[in-house]
Amino acid sequence: MAMRSYTSRSEFEQYRFNPFITVLVPFALLLIQAYLPSLFPRLLILDLPLIAVIFFAVARRNPIWGAVTGACIGLFQDMLTGQPVGINGIAKTIIGYAASSIGLQVDVENITTRVLMNFGFSWLQSGLLFLIQHYLLGVVSYKISFLHELYRAIFNTLVAIPVFLFLDRAKRRE
Amino acid sequence: MESFFSRFKNALVLIAILLAQTIALATQIDRAADSSHPDGPKVRLLRLWAIALISPFERVSNATGRGIRDSWTDYIYLRNVRQQNLDLQKQVDRLRLQQAALAQDALEGQRLHTLLDFRQNYAVATVAAQVIGSSGTDQSRLLTLNKGSKAGLRPDMAVITPTGIVGKLRDVFPDTSQLLLISDPTAGAGVIFSSTRIHAILRGSQVGRIQIGNLTPDSRIKPGETVLTSGGDGVFQRGLPVGTIESIVLDPAHQPYTLITVRPAVDLNQLDEVLVVTGMAALEALDLTQQQQDLAADPLAHAADISAERLPSIHDDKAPANPADGTDTATPPPDNSTQLVPKPKPVIHPDRYSPGAAPAAAELTPGAPKPKENL
Repeated sequence: MAMRSYTSRSEFEQYRFNPFITVLVPFALLLIQAYLPSLFPRLLILDLPLIAVIFFAVARRNPIWGAVTGACIGLFQDMLTGQPVGINGIAKTIIGYAASSIGLQVDVENITTRVLMNFGFSWLQSGLLFLIQHYLLGVVSYKISFLHELYRAIFNTLVAIPVFLFLDRAKRRE
Repeated sequence: MESFFSRFKNALVLIAILLAQTIALATQIDRAADSSHPDGPKVRLLRLWAIALISPFERVSNATGRGIRDSWTDYIYLRNVRQQNLDLQKQVDRLRLQQAALAQDALEGQRLHTLLDFRQNYAVATVAAQVIGSSGTDQSRLLTLNKGSKAGLRPDMAVITPTGIVGKLRDVFPDTSQLLLISDPTAGAGVIFSSTRIHAILRGSQVGRIQIGNLTPDSRIKPGETVLTSGGDGVFQRGLPVGTIESIVLDPAHQPYTLITVRPAVDLNQLDEVLVVTGMAALEALDLTQQQQDLAADPLAHAADISAERLPSIHDDKAPANPADGTDTATPPPDNSTQLVPKPKPVIHPDRYSPGAAPAAAELTPGAPKPKENL
C-alpha cells in the first residue's frame, strides 16, 4: 500500500464535485462550444471542452479520473464533428492524465500556474492532434500553423482563467 | 503480479483507454470508403445520440437569440429607417423600369431556348433550413440544420443559397441534419471556369479555404474569373456559382501543380438560412433520359459537344443545318463516307498554294517545262 505523508498535496487538496456539476458543466461548455461558432465563426479557435478537461482533471488530482474525464469529453466532442470518433478522445485522454499528474506536483490554485498550464496544454493538444491526423490517420495534408496555434493557446488561456475562477465555487474539499 | 498492477495502475488504465480508442479509430477508417455512408451503423448511432442530446438546447438558444435580434432590429434599433425607406422606394421605382425591359429580354430568351431545345437545369425543388449549431471545432467545418429526414432530406443532397453553393448534407437524422461545408478538408465539388471552360476539382482546406489543386499552370486562368459547378460530381447541378478566383500560386508541396484559391460566392461564416436541393434526383433522371435520347439521335454531335466542353480553346462554331427551325436534320455520314474528310474553305485570293491550283501529280510529265504561275 502506498504511503502518503501528511504533506502530500493529493491528500490535502483533492476536490470533489456534485455529480450534477460534474456532468452539467462539461455538457454546458460543449453546448456553448457548438452554438457560439454558428453565430461568431471566429470562436472556432476556442476550445471550451479542453478547459473543462484541464479544470476537472487538475481539481480531482487523480490520473485515472483525469483520463476518463478527458476521454468522455473528447469523444462527445468528436461525435458532433464529421471526423472519426476518437481523435479528440485520444488527445484529451492524454491531456486529462497529464493535467491530473501535474496537479499532484504543483500548486494549481496559483494563477500563474493556471496560465502556464492552459497555455501549455493548448499547445500539447495541437501537437497531439497533428500526430493523430498525420501519423495515425495518414492525413498528410494536415499541417500546423504555429501562429494560429499561438493565437489559440493565448485565447484559450484568457478564457480559461475566468472560467476556472467561476468553477472554483463548485469545488468541495474531500 | 498484484503489486505490478497496483503500481502501474494509472499508466495501465491510460494505455487501455488509448488502445480502445485507437482500435475504434482504425475500424472507422476502414469503413470510410463509401462516401455516402461515411460512418458505420454504430458510430452513426452514437452521433445520433449526441446530436439528439444537444440539438434541443441549440434550437432553444437559436430561437431565443433570433427573437432577441429580431426584437432589437424590428422594434428598438430603428435609426435611419425612414431615410432607408425613402431610398428603397426610389430603388424600387428604378428597378420596376429595369424589370419591364428585362421581361422583354426574358421572353426572347425563352423563345430562343425553345428554338434551340435547351435543357431546363434550374427547375429544382428546395427545402429551406436554419443553421442552429456547428461542430464547435475548426478541424471540421460542419453545421447543424434544423431539418432532417422528416422534411425529406437525405445524405449527399446539395445545399445552396441564392448566391451560390454551400455544401452537402453529411448525416441526416429525423429532426436535424449535418451540413458539410465546401470549406471542410473532406469536402469537394466538380467545377468549371466560366470563361476558359476548364474543368477542375475543388476541395476544402484545413484553414477553411476552398482551393483547386489539380491543374498545371495555365496563362488563361486569371484571378477574378468566375468558378461554376460542372455537375460532374453528382451532387451539385451544373452552372451554380461557386466563387471567384482569388489567387493562383505554385503549390510547393505538389509541383508542378498550382494552388488556386477561390473566394466563395457565399459567406460561409455567416450562414443563417440555407436551401437544401431535394429535387436533384428527378432532375438527374430527366437529364439522363434526355442525354440518352440525344446520344441515340446524334452520336457525332454529342461527342463533339463533349470534346468542345473539355477543350477550352475549341469554340463551338457549328450552327444548326436549318436555322429556321433550330433543328439539325442532317444524318451522320457512314464511317467510309468521303463526307468525313474535311473540306477546305474557298479562298478569297487564290495563288499557287491554294487547293486545286496545282495540277494532279498523275497529269504531270517528267522533264516538261515549268507551268506558268498564276499570281
